[in-house]
Amino acid sequence: MKHLLSINDITAAEAISILDTAAQLQNLTSGTVKKLPTLRGRTVVNLFFEDSTRTRLSFDAAAKRLSADVTNFAAKGSSVSKGESLKDTAQTLQAMGADAIVIRHGASGAAKRLAESGWVSASIINAGDGTHEHPTQALLDAFTIRKHFGPTRSDFVGLKVAIVGDIVHSRVARSNVLLLKKLGADVTVIAPPTLIPYGIESWGVAHSFNLDEDLESFDVVMMLRVQLERMNEAYFPNGREYSRGYGLDEVRLGRLKAHAIVMHPGPMNRGLEISAASADSVRSVVLEQVSNGVLVRMAVLYQLLAGPDQAATGVLA
Amino acid sequence: MSELLLKNVTLADNSQVDIHIKGDRIFAIGSDLSTTGEVLDCSGLMALPGFVDLHTHVREPGKENAETVLTGSRSAVRGGFTAVSAMPNTNPVADTAGVVEQVLRLGKSAGLCDVFPIGAVSAGLNGEHLAEIGAMADSAAKVRIFSDDGKCVSDPLLMRRALEYVKIFDGVIAQHAQEPRLTINAQMNEGVVASELGLTGWPSIAEESIIARDILLAETVKSRLHICHVSTKGSVELIRWAKSRGISVTAEVTPHHLILTDELVRGYDPIYKVNPPLRTNDDVVALRAGLADGTIDIVATDHAPHPAEDKDCEWASAAFGMVGLETAFGVVVTTMIRTGLMDWKRLVEVMSINPARIGGYGDQGQPLEVGAMAHITVVDPKKEWTVDKQALISRSSNTPFHGSTLTGDVIHTIYRGALVLKDQRVMGGENVSNG
Repeated sequence: MKHLLSINDITAAEAISILDTAAQLQNLTSGTVKKLPTLRGRTVVNLFFEDSTRTRLSFDAAAKRLSADVTNFAAKGSSVSKGESLKDTAQTLQAMGADAIVIRHGASGAAKRLAESGWVSASIINAGDGTHEHPTQALLDAFTIRKHFGPTRSDFVGLKVAIVGDIVHSRVARSNVLLLKKLGADVTVIAPPTLIPYGIESWGVAHSFNLDEDLESFDVVMMLRVQLERMNEAYFPNGREYSRGYGLDEVRLGRLKAHAIVMHPGPMNRGLEISAASADSVRSVVLEQVSNGVLVRMAVLYQLLAGPDQAATGVLA
Repeated sequence: MSELLLKNVTLADNSQVDIHIKGDRIFAIGSDLSTTGEVLDCSGLMALPGFVDLHTHVREPGKENAETVLTGSRSAVRGGFTAVSAMPNTNPVADTAGVVEQVLRLGKSAGLCDVFPIGAVSAGLNGEHLAEIGAMADSAAKVRIFSDDGKCVSDPLLMRRALEYVKIFDGVIAQHAQEPRLTINAQMNEGVVASELGLTGWPSIAEESIIARDILLAETVKSRLHICHVSTKGSVELIRWAKSRGISVTAEVTPHHLILTDELVRGYDPIYKVNPPLRTNDDVVALRAGLADGTIDIVATDHAPHPAEDKDCEWASAAFGMVGLETAFGVVVTTMIRTGLMDWKRLVEVMSINPARIGGYGDQGQPLEVGAMAHITVVDPKKEWTVDKQALISRSSNTPFHGSTLTGDVIHTIYRGALVLKDQRVMGGENVSNG
C-alpha cells in the first residue's frame, strides 16, 4: 500500500490489518512512554488547504508518536493564498524531503490527483477531499465500533448502523458507507430527501427519510455535522425543523437499544443534529473516537512508511 | 490563375471523378481531366464540401496563450474546416461592431479559412442588457448568429427580446442551455458517478428546462433558435417534439458528447471536464440517434483550448473545455459512419451544408458542382490513426482523445481554391509558436 486515498483502495483484510495494528499500537503506547522510534528520520507533511484543527492535530500527534519529523503547512496566509497551485505547493514540499503528505483539500479528488498526476513521489494520505472521502475517519470509526462490539472480530456481519444527516455533502458518510459495507455491516442512511445523494440505490445501502421509523433496531447511530448555511441553499427550512426531524434528542436517545452507541465525527453542533444530553450521554463515544483517531492514523502512517515486510506481518519493531 | 486537379477522387455518392479547380472555383468535374497546374492523386480518398464549424473558441482577443485566430485557423484546416465561427466570450467580449470586425480582420489576415464572428447577446455577457446586436449585424462582419455561450441567456425576458430583435436581419440566437440556479458550482453530470465522487452534479434538467422554455419562446415570437451542444436524451426528445410542431429550432451536438461518458471522470483528470458535462451511455445513444434522424442538425466542435496550467490541477480548479477541431471528423466517422448509423450524404449535411445554412455563410456548405466556390475537404475515410496531443496543430493540447484510435482523417483542405492543407501539412502561418 503506497497511498491511502479512498476506502475503495483497500480490501476488508487490509482494513482489519490496519485496525489490528492500531490495537497493537495502543498496547505499546498505553504506558508512560507514549512514543515509538519506528519512523525516526522520516518526514510527514500535513498539507491543509482547509481549516481543520482536529484532524491536523490528530495526524500531528500520530506522526510524532512514531518519532517522525512533522511539518505543518496551512494554506491560509501562505503562498497558496497568493495563487500558488496545488502542484507547485506539493512539489515544493517534496523538494524539502517529504516522505508522506497528509492532505486536506476542499476539492473532491485532490488527494488522488496529487498521488496519480506524477507531480510528487511521496505517499499520499487523504485527510478529507471536498465532499468525497475521509478514509482515516472511517477507519477510526470502525476501530471504535470494533472495540464495542468485539475487539477481535474480522467483520461487522450482523451489525446495524445508521448514518444520519447531510449524506450528500459528507465525506465521512461516503468513506463510512464503503468501509462498513466492505466489513459486512447492514447500513441505513437517514436524511431528508434533499440531503440524500442522487442514485443512492446504487450504493448498496438502505435509505430512509424517517429517523423515528426503526430507531430501536440500530446498534450504531452515527450523527453527521449539519452546516446551518445549507438552509440558504434550500436543503431544509431552518435549524429548528431540521433538528425536530433529524436531531438526536433525549426522546430518541431513550429509544435506542441498551448496547447501542452514538457516534459523531465532530465538531458537533449541539442542539442541531445532536442534543447536549445525547452528546454527553453514556452511549456517546465521541471522545473515544478522538483518541482512537490518533491510533488509527499511527497505524496508517506505519503501514505506508515502515516498509511492506513489517506491515505484512504486523510486527512492530 | 492557379489550377489544381484532384485525380480519381470519390464523392459522397460513391462516384469517382476528377475535380478541376481554377482560381477559387470548381472549373470542371469529370473523368480524365488534365491541368497545367498541380495534380493530387486522390485514389482511395473522398472529396466533401468543406466542413463548417458553428462553435469555435479562438480565444483572441484576450487569451492568446491558449489560441489565436491564426493558430485556431491552422487547427481548423487540419481538421478539414473551411469555416469556423468565433464565439464571443473573449476579452474584451465580442459585443460591439469593433470587436467582431477585429476578429473578422484577424481571420482574413490568417487567410486559411473563413472566420465568422458570433456576437454576444448581452453586453459583456452579463445577461442584463442586449448587446449592440444591430451594429454587429450591420458591421463588416455581418454577424447573424448571437450567443452568450459559456453562459446561458437565463432571463426569459431578455431571451424573448433577443429572439424578436434578430428578426430584423433573419438572425439566430444560439443558446447555451444551462439553468444557472440548478447548476451552482456544478462540476460534472449529476448521476451515480458524481454521487460517488462527491462532485457537485450538473443535472440534465438544467439543460432541458431552458430548451423547453426557449422552444416555446421561439414558437411564440416566430424567430430562429439554435441550441448549442445538446447533451441529454431529454433534450433530444424536446427538440424532436419542437420540430414536429414546426418550430424553427436547430441543434448541435459536439463530437465528444457522441462518444465519451461520465465514467471517465472517475480518475478526477480534468481533461474530461467540459461544459455541458459528459453524460451517460443512454444520452450518448440518444444523441447519436438524434443526429442520424435529423433531430440534431449539425456537429459543432465547441473547440475550447486551454493552456496546460488550466488543466494541470485539481478538478474543481480546472477550466471547462476540450479542443476538438482536429479530431471532429475522426470521431464522427468512428461513431456514426462505422456504426452504420449515418451515411456520407448525412455526414456532409451535418458537417457542412446545415451549419452553413444556419449561419447564412454564403458560399460555404455548397455541393461540389461546377462554378461553386472551391471549399473542399479531402479525407481518407478508412485511415486508422492514434491521436497524439503533442502532434496537434492547435496552440493547446487539451484533447480527451490522446492515445485513442479513430477511423477517418483529413488529408487535404482546399479553401477558395487554395490548398491550405496538403498531405496533412498546413500551408501557411508556420512561423507561429505551437506551444
